[in-house]
Amino acid sequence: MIIGFSIFILGVIGIVAAILLFIAAKKFHVFEDPKIGEIEEILPGANCGGCGFSGCHAFAMECAGAKSMEGLVCTGVDAEGMRKIADIVGLAPAVAQRKVAIIKCSASCENRDPRNRYDGVRSCAVEASLYQGESDCIYGCLGCGDCVNACPFGAMQLIPGEELPHVDLEKCTGCGKCVEACPRNLCELAPINPDRPIVWVACANRDRGPIAMKECGVACIGCTKCRKVCPNEAPDIVSFLAHIDQDKCSSCGECIKACPRHSIKSTGDISD
Amino acid sequence: MKTFKKGGIHPPENKSTRDCPIVDMPIPGELRIMLSQCIGVPAKSIVKPGDKIECGQKIAEAAAFVSAPVHSPVNGSVKKIEPTRTPQGIWQESIVITTDSENPVTNPLPRTTDEIETLSPDDIINIVGDCGIVGLGGATFPTKVKLSIPKGKSAEYVLINGAECEPCLTCDDALMRQDAEKIVKGTLLIMKATGAKYGIIGIEENKPDAIKIMSSATDPYPGLKVVTLKKKYPQGGEKQLIYAITGRVVPAGALPIETKCIVDNVATAYAIYDAVYNRRPLTDRIVTVTGKGLSNPGNFRIKNGTSLDDIIKFAGGLPEDTGKIIAGGPMMGRAISSLEASATKGLSGLVILPESESLRKPTQPCIRCARCVSVCPMGLEPYLLMLQADVKKWDDMAANGVMNCLECGCCAYTCPSHRPLLDMIKLGKQELRKKK
Amino acid sequence: MNKLTISLSPHIHSTASINRCMWNVVIAMIPALGIALWTFGLPALWVVLLSVGTALLTEWAIERFLFHRQCTLSNGSALITGLLLAFNLPSILPWWMVIIGAIVAIGIGKMSFGGLGCNIWNPALVGRVFLLLSFPAAMTTWPSDVDSAFNATTGASQQVDANSGATLLSHLNSGSSSFSDYNFLDMAIGQMNGSLGEVGGIAILIGLIYLLVTKTITWHIPVSVIASAAFFSWAFGGNPLLDIFAGGLLLGAVFMATDYVTSPMTHKGQLIFGAMIGFITIIIRRYGAYPEGVSFAILLMNSFVPLINRYCRPSIFGEKERRKLA
Repeated sequence: MIIGFSIFILGVIGIVAAILLFIAAKKFHVFEDPKIGEIEEILPGANCGGCGFSGCHAFAMECAGAKSMEGLVCTGVDAEGMRKIADIVGLAPAVAQRKVAIIKCSASCENRDPRNRYDGVRSCAVEASLYQGESDCIYGCLGCGDCVNACPFGAMQLIPGEELPHVDLEKCTGCGKCVEACPRNLCELAPINPDRPIVWVACANRDRGPIAMKECGVACIGCTKCRKVCPNEAPDIVSFLAHIDQDKCSSCGECIKACPRHSIKSTGDISD
Repeated sequence: MKTFKKGGIHPPENKSTRDCPIVDMPIPGELRIMLSQCIGVPAKSIVKPGDKIECGQKIAEAAAFVSAPVHSPVNGSVKKIEPTRTPQGIWQESIVITTDSENPVTNPLPRTTDEIETLSPDDIINIVGDCGIVGLGGATFPTKVKLSIPKGKSAEYVLINGAECEPCLTCDDALMRQDAEKIVKGTLLIMKATGAKYGIIGIEENKPDAIKIMSSATDPYPGLKVVTLKKKYPQGGEKQLIYAITGRVVPAGALPIETKCIVDNVATAYAIYDAVYNRRPLTDRIVTVTGKGLSNPGNFRIKNGTSLDDIIKFAGGLPEDTGKIIAGGPMMGRAISSLEASATKGLSGLVILPESESLRKPTQPCIRCARCVSVCPMGLEPYLLMLQADVKKWDDMAANGVMNCLECGCCAYTCPSHRPLLDMIKLGKQELRKKK
Repeated sequence: MNKLTISLSPHIHSTASINRCMWNVVIAMIPALGIALWTFGLPALWVVLLSVGTALLTEWAIERFLFHRQCTLSNGSALITGLLLAFNLPSILPWWMVIIGAIVAIGIGKMSFGGLGCNIWNPALVGRVFLLLSFPAAMTTWPSDVDSAFNATTGASQQVDANSGATLLSHLNSGSSSFSDYNFLDMAIGQMNGSLGEVGGIAILIGLIYLLVTKTITWHIPVSVIASAAFFSWAFGGNPLLDIFAGGLLLGAVFMATDYVTSPMTHKGQLIFGAMIGFITIIIRRYGAYPEGVSFAILLMNSFVPLINRYCRPSIFGEKERRKLA
């Protein structure tokens, strides 16, 4: 008798609750384009913001409502993925140049003799706000890894013993989180092609030659040798610092051989 | 005995140089005078290499409203104008002067009493501006700007800050004991310039000699008095001092003039006296050099531009086990990265810490003991601000009043987990300023 | 010469450290521990050793094998949890229950949230309440031979005893229905018998004085808990002295409600927190099914701490004046 009564009461409560839930679900239902969900499946979900939107969901919403895929590129998926997204919305995929991050400093520990000891939070931002950093160079990498912590794809890591970040080109999507994070503006996004490695000046020191030479073993001193040997006039020297224009560079590697300071680096072997 | 109410700490004083008289340091053969010596825009050089210059001559002029000129402390010639590293290792323009070794210093003719009597408030403010006087408590805010009261406001009190709540420093104490009379005259000048009726000199109880001497020096003047303050850090903070002495509260984000108060350091009052009575611009100041291993610590009168290396050599040379050198006091001073730098107007002390005391202890998790909250003199929640800084929530930090922080360091001093609270708060303030 | 060290200000630090705070608490618990051992003898010692040992071992194992981080046993917080848990257990509790309690206290109460500083509830109380709900009979079985020994040895408590005895009598005489069996039991727990840490009221107060003198804690929480319990006890027609000294109120007010991690940040918040603990304790004691309400009251208020922190914030210096100005 009591058992039956309990079952009845519980059953009634269950039915009432179910009806309430049903009404609530109907009343507060928000229609969302099913495409958005499908697109989000393909996106990496890192919310890196590399596409220019506030996150993967915002990007998916933008794609679903887009008239053209022009300018809508997720840096985190490959061309195949972008094609799939374009198929979902029935548009032609936008072709984007793949970019990766490069670090404009190559001063590993042996090249920059620390003058002082920094003692505090392991954060480049804090250290940069305090003083010039452990070494003499006020432009170079501080080695606390703010970029490594900022990378949503785990593409960066500090090389032990060198205290310099290293970019894993396979994992890097060129989202630009590290560019924002670095207080010294040492990260730069450069276009990369499978057949051609990036050649860049891994230095940001704008001091005059003699000072730069004292400050760091691999600092660019603005000697212009790279410009002289370059067939395409890609290196440009502004305030004692060379910068290679990636649009002009043909990755011939002449400048790497010519640089007396070994401050020009490349992402792969230079073949020809 | 008066003090401020909210928060505060009692760090060990370590004022080992408290009985040292002021000693003039010999004038070095070469001075490197930084062009950026005040908060605000760096001064602009008006001399060229090779120029002969006289003691007290203006060598760089104020480049903006919030800026102060710089003067030569010696007779000599300009050797070159080149960048010099600041104590923080950043390159900044400086004027290198070779001292005339035979006749390094000449004193200008002092103003007569009649001349001083006839000076109008604006005259005094202009003299203060021309003589490059900045706040000597450490903030180096141009005093001319401070004394120029904005329209619609008025000053009632001039508060002279002799609290010297920073541990280790004794430069203000030494000055009060030696030149009480001149500080009082300087205070009267500030009162005249600002139209304030009362002048109050606040001194912490741990300086009984200074209190006695200053009290007798202020006795003849009816508008002046000395107030003894309870020992508590950060009593020397502008807002804290105003509250301690007058009980008035400076509104958050506003200037002290809202409470009809002007706060100046004793050394600033002395510099104003010197500028007005003796026509001498601000080219030297008293610096406390102290530290456990130092053989000759003391309070030295140091010419602007003297290299820090020379100062420490004069104080007995750097001890073997030096781990950290602080420009200023140990609570708010800044660690020095190289001794190539030279003394500026804002240098109140050089504190040398041995290796064993210079490294921080490892950080542990926050146990929410609430000590940072209870010691914060501004009523902030440092633990919360640090959590928000960790995840880069700068706007939330602003909503929690981080811009009110006076960076006194009470929170980080007292944290049992040795958390770098102030580091992260400073980072947040910097990011917010950048965004503006 | 060494390389100069560079760091942001301040460049000096007070002598305060987590270790010092925690060890001060341990020292403050020694008098109460002494009374417990004196009253209950060897069985109490076993409970304490077992609880502390298991707590330390659990924390070590979790940090070593799950978190892979440096061992932090030396800061003494696991030791405190172990001791506090033992203080909350009867001396004749089966040994395996003590072990379960300590594992739950450290494993679930503390480490599952991420370790020191991250937990929401007082770990020792989580352990105790877990045991109380799982093994209610064992957790309320007290040694039968204790009361005479106790009365003979501690004069101070005898006085309290006499007080409460009178109170009990007066209530029984008045025939008040609210004082039924559980209240009698409550009193019995406090005076003649009870958990290890509950019996030495005076010893706990000595510990409180030590904590206050060393500035390990401020007066706000313990005083507000005790004052509020006394007030509501009186308001509900009880005997305040009885309610304070009987049961675990003092233990809770001094050692458990004051836990840094699980108490509010501002003094105002702490006063509210303490007052609510006192109130809930008395409510549970009067109207609840359990004779003792301190642990539940503290756990409940622990849950409210984030809310209290949100609404009891310190006022920013000059903020009021700024608003007036604007």
